[in-house]
Amino acid sequence: MTSDIAAILGIDGIATGAVYALVAIGTVLIFTVTRVIFIPFGDIAAFTALTLAALDAKRFPGTGALVVVLACLATLIEIISLIRNGDTRLLPRALLFYLVLPLAVVGIAWLTMRIDPPLAVRLVLALMLITPIAPLLDRIVFRPIADGTVLLLLTVSVALHFALVGLGLLFFGPEGVRTEPLTSLSTEFAGVLISGQTMLIVIAALVFSGLLYLFFDFTLVGKSLRATAVNRTGSRLMGIRPARAGTIAYLLGSLMAGVSGILIAPVNTVFYDSGFLIGLKAFVGAIVGGMTSYPGAAIGAVGVGILESFASFQSSALKDVIVFSLLIPVLIWRSLASLHSEEEIEE
Amino acid sequence: MRQKTLGLLALVAGVFAAPAAQADITIGFVTSLSGNGASIGIPYGRGINAAYEYKKTINGETIRLIQLDDGSDPSAATRNARKLVEEEKVDLLIGTATTPSTIAMAAVASELKVPMISISPVGKLPDSPEQWVVAVPQPASLLVKIVADRMKRDGMKNIGYIGFSDAWGDLVYNGAKAAEPTDDIKVQTNERYARTDTSVTAQILKVMAARPDAVLIGGSGTQGALPLITLSERGFKGNTYGTVALVNPDFVTVGGKAAEGIQVSAGPVIVAEQLPDEHFAKKIALDFRAVYQKTHNIPTTDGFSAYSFDAWLIFANAAERALKTAKPGTTEFRTALRDAILSTKELPGVHAVYNFKPGAVTGVDERSLVVVRLTGGVWKYAP
Repeated sequence: MTSDIAAILGIDGIATGAVYALVAIGTVLIFTVTRVIFIPFGDIAAFTALTLAALDAKRFPGTGALVVVLACLATLIEIISLIRNGDTRLLPRALLFYLVLPLAVVGIAWLTMRIDPPLAVRLVLALMLITPIAPLLDRIVFRPIADGTVLLLLTVSVALHFALVGLGLLFFGPEGVRTEPLTSLSTEFAGVLISGQTMLIVIAALVFSGLLYLFFDFTLVGKSLRATAVNRTGSRLMGIRPARAGTIAYLLGSLMAGVSGILIAPVNTVFYDSGFLIGLKAFVGAIVGGMTSYPGAAIGAVGVGILESFASFQSSALKDVIVFSLLIPVLIWRSLASLHSEEEIEE
Repeated sequence: MRQKTLGLLALVAGVFAAPAAQADITIGFVTSLSGNGASIGIPYGRGINAAYEYKKTINGETIRLIQLDDGSDPSAATRNARKLVEEEKVDLLIGTATTPSTIAMAAVASELKVPMISISPVGKLPDSPEQWVVAVPQPASLLVKIVADRMKRDGMKNIGYIGFSDAWGDLVYNGAKAAEPTDDIKVQTNERYARTDTSVTAQILKVMAARPDAVLIGGSGTQGALPLITLSERGFKGNTYGTVALVNPDFVTVGGKAAEGIQVSAGPVIVAEQLPDEHFAKKIALDFRAVYQKTHNIPTTDGFSAYSFDAWLIFANAAERALKTAKPGTTEFRTALRDAILSTKELPGVHAVYNFKPGAVTGVDERSLVVVRLTGGVWKYAP
């Protein structure tokens, strides 16, 4: 291995790692607020890429149908639960949020498709279509069991991932897609060519992890979201609505998954089932960061990316084995070094 | 009341027993409609539907076709094969889209003594006292042999190899290694990547460090384009070669300019309309395209649906001979069908002229392959 090759591998690893970092930050975000380890996160990123590709090809993406189906389901569940609790005066609001808004988004996208919009508009459309999915899934799947154990939530999350992969195949077909690069710029850095796309990914990862850090540590909404994670009952007594906190977290999270999906679409082929491995490697990164710290998750994910890049050079067949083996020493170190928080006490 | 119920039950039972009474030939077909093999599994399925439209009866016997999805998972393929044999009592198995699943199915076929026509390349069959399985596709060794001959003709000496980290990647690599002495080439690298990988930069660096004249791609479908894209990013100027596994429309879209000029060995059906008139595959391949178009209202452009079609032709040809000695649905018929398949002589299909004999898995020769080059986004016949 020469220094040239090491530099190229390092850059490649940082680019891959930055994608994982975006997803890892989102995973941590949703975990700290709702205690759900949101496995389908990677799928949402992949669906964004597929949605964008469909829009580029002037086809209306299957995401639209998915949103409509989920919106109807969520509305039904919400109405039933409101009527059960006798909160009928809240019905109009529920209808607005769970039915009218998502359908409006799909409607706008469908109409905009007709006029053959430019790339910037298509990016916004793809993000708009993808954003409602996670909050709606939260309403349908996670809110009824919000007080369950982390293990229960994780199990449901895995099941949800498989359901989404199946739907992805139905809506997007089996073929991979690749979109046009967002920028064709490239620069020389220490004799290594760096593409603009790589820089975009790294910048996006930095900006998002910085913003989230500020949001959670310095704003009231952020603090209330964190309080929900620490103790749902306690935060309810303080006047915080856990359900709303969850929705905000999922919205933010989807937005990030969407951005990472848009960023990876031009640099590699995305399939309907590509999300799982991205999500899994991001999860390894998040665990390195202890599932609580955003900068930690970002650094961990970049580490995973770099490790993966060098591992593929040394032994491409054993690459994934090397990456996932990293978990074992990390988990041992974590369990020895950290004090165990007693979060699983029955309230 | 009870009388009535009993009568009804008898009626229902009669309905279910009815198909078994008329001995029609039952075919169990497995493909991957989901999972990582779906991009080739779906064309396989469409191919069998077109073939069924092409020929629905044999000597007046109707054919019943049962299709199952294995989700690209070998254990599901095993379950499907067992279910088809034990519950549906099929006379023949055809499957499936991925090599590992096909090998799993073949084990079941050998154990339960049901003939099977494989539509994926299988390197080696499971050990069994008698042979029950034959494979339609050109073996990887032959696919690579034709490519290696072309490399020799193009004056390529040092070859870099990058392929999938699975059975298919192994088959192509071993085929290239086996061609080394005769074609005077040297395979310098053995780099692997997974279908879901997001980057092959590291592997390509290693390939290029070996300074190859040409690179051989052992991937399939859309993701086979990834090394080509990375090679062109890194400014590789040499030739690229591949196998028929790359040939599908999405490979061309995703590969774009980077895939331009790649030469692959493929069955003649890929370039049916460009074949000379006297070529054995010309007429039947055009017939196949017509029936596929009629069945699905889309043109066929891949080689996978054509394997299913050829499997059907082999079965139809063998069944005609087997029906003379036994009735469908019996063990005798299965044995007769196997013997008939294993004695197929000079049967022209859309991919090859088939000659099966006991002891050999495949029954194709060099007539089954042509070299095609991707020129301006279209596969062009390059004799």
